[in-house]
Amino acid sequence: MRTILTGNYAVAEAVRLSRVKVIAAYPITPQTTIVERLAEMVESGELDAEFVRVDSEHSALAVVYGSATAGLRSFTATSSHGLLYMYEMCWWVANARIPLVMAVVTRTIGPPWNIHTDHTDILTLRDSGWIIAMAENVQEALDLTIQGFRISEEVNLPFVVGLDAFVLSHTAEVVDVPSQEDVDLFLPERRQAYVLNPNDAIAIGNIAQNEHMMRLRFEMAKDMEKSKDVIEDAGKEFGEIFGRSYGLVEHYRTEDADYVVVMSGAWCGDAKEAIDVLREKGIKIGLLKLSYIRPFPREEIRKLDGKDVLVVDRSFSMSYKGILGLEVGSVLDCKNVIAGLCGVDVSVEEFVKMFKMFTNGEIRDVEWWLK
Amino acid sequence: MGVDVLISKPSKGSSGKTGLWRTFKPVYYEERCIGCGECYLYCPEDCIVMKGLKVEIDYEFCKGCGICSNVCPANAIEMVKEL
Repeated sequence: MRTILTGNYAVAEAVRLSRVKVIAAYPITPQTTIVERLAEMVESGELDAEFVRVDSEHSALAVVYGSATAGLRSFTATSSHGLLYMYEMCWWVANARIPLVMAVVTRTIGPPWNIHTDHTDILTLRDSGWIIAMAENVQEALDLTIQGFRISEEVNLPFVVGLDAFVLSHTAEVVDVPSQEDVDLFLPERRQAYVLNPNDAIAIGNIAQNEHMMRLRFEMAKDMEKSKDVIEDAGKEFGEIFGRSYGLVEHYRTEDADYVVVMSGAWCGDAKEAIDVLREKGIKIGLLKLSYIRPFPREEIRKLDGKDVLVVDRSFSMSYKGILGLEVGSVLDCKNVIAGLCGVDVSVEEFVKMFKMFTNGEIRDVEWWLK
Repeated sequence: MGVDVLISKPSKGSSGKTGLWRTFKPVYYEERCIGCGECYLYCPEDCIVMKGLKVEIDYEFCKGCGICSNVCPANAIEMVKEL
């Protein structure tokens, strides 16, 4: 059904269609309306689930960690400081190999207070063992949330879908909300590596020997790599059912490109428009959109070898480069622009200017796009 | 995916004979015992077994924490240093 929804309401619809059984969350701008809408759905009976109100984000993830361990499809959502407050539990869920889905509405980390978009918050999860997907638009936020449950439950790693504060979370777009029948066709019954069951007691959260625990991290690394195939398969099958295919990356006019820009998140839409402007002037430039940051699409990036590559980062690692700049730079040489931190807007016109500088060789190794 | 490192099945003696860890041993004086079962309820290791209104202590696994002696209202369990 085609309708108009904000990114947050679209995520709530995806959670409903995925037949989630337990939701626990603590409100934080700009995430709040996701769980507010879900609470309405539970209250009205549209969604047959438990909504658990908690005292903090740490408790929110602890609750869904418990319900997911007990075998129930579970969901939470947060942003920025909320994510940092639940950070310990993020690692607990990942290392325990518990499948669940969280939405992170990407927001600047303070102080000072700032509620606008910045990808540094979600990217704090990059070392933990979560699969990290990033939406470009409201439709992708909805679709990736549904795919998240399937992917997470197949590889036993938690899944986070990122959507930019306000640009997606509070902006209404035309979206296709799939039918329940089609989602049921795409999403199998929940499975997971082990289940807490009072009739067959097991102990979890034990002390582990060093050698065994290192092997656990090794297995996670292997399964994170394996998830690449699972993501591609799920994205392809999603396309067969719903007409919108997904994968680790999206190529935009890269086939014959001499110059490729690598980006992730909502502003890829603006970058595509800027690329169209440069293409009209005969400049062979394209965009490689990273739909996933974890697993990191190394193989896709390696294929760019021989082209001039620019990474535009909405995150910074307080080192030399942006977070994506470091990641892409570990595969091949690239230039890196740090832009749009703390919600600073970068318009299509500015992308045109930036990409022209890039193709003219006027961008240094690391460049801050300050205003 | 292996889950051995993540879960364990609780069973008697899965950590070995923990009675070897003991420095103090609970000694039970049956004649003082009033059969209230406090020691049985409080033992964190399930090492006290009720036999009617009396108890038995499983010295193979009792770590000697002394909680039973502490909670006993009749002073029927005394902690004695192991030799």
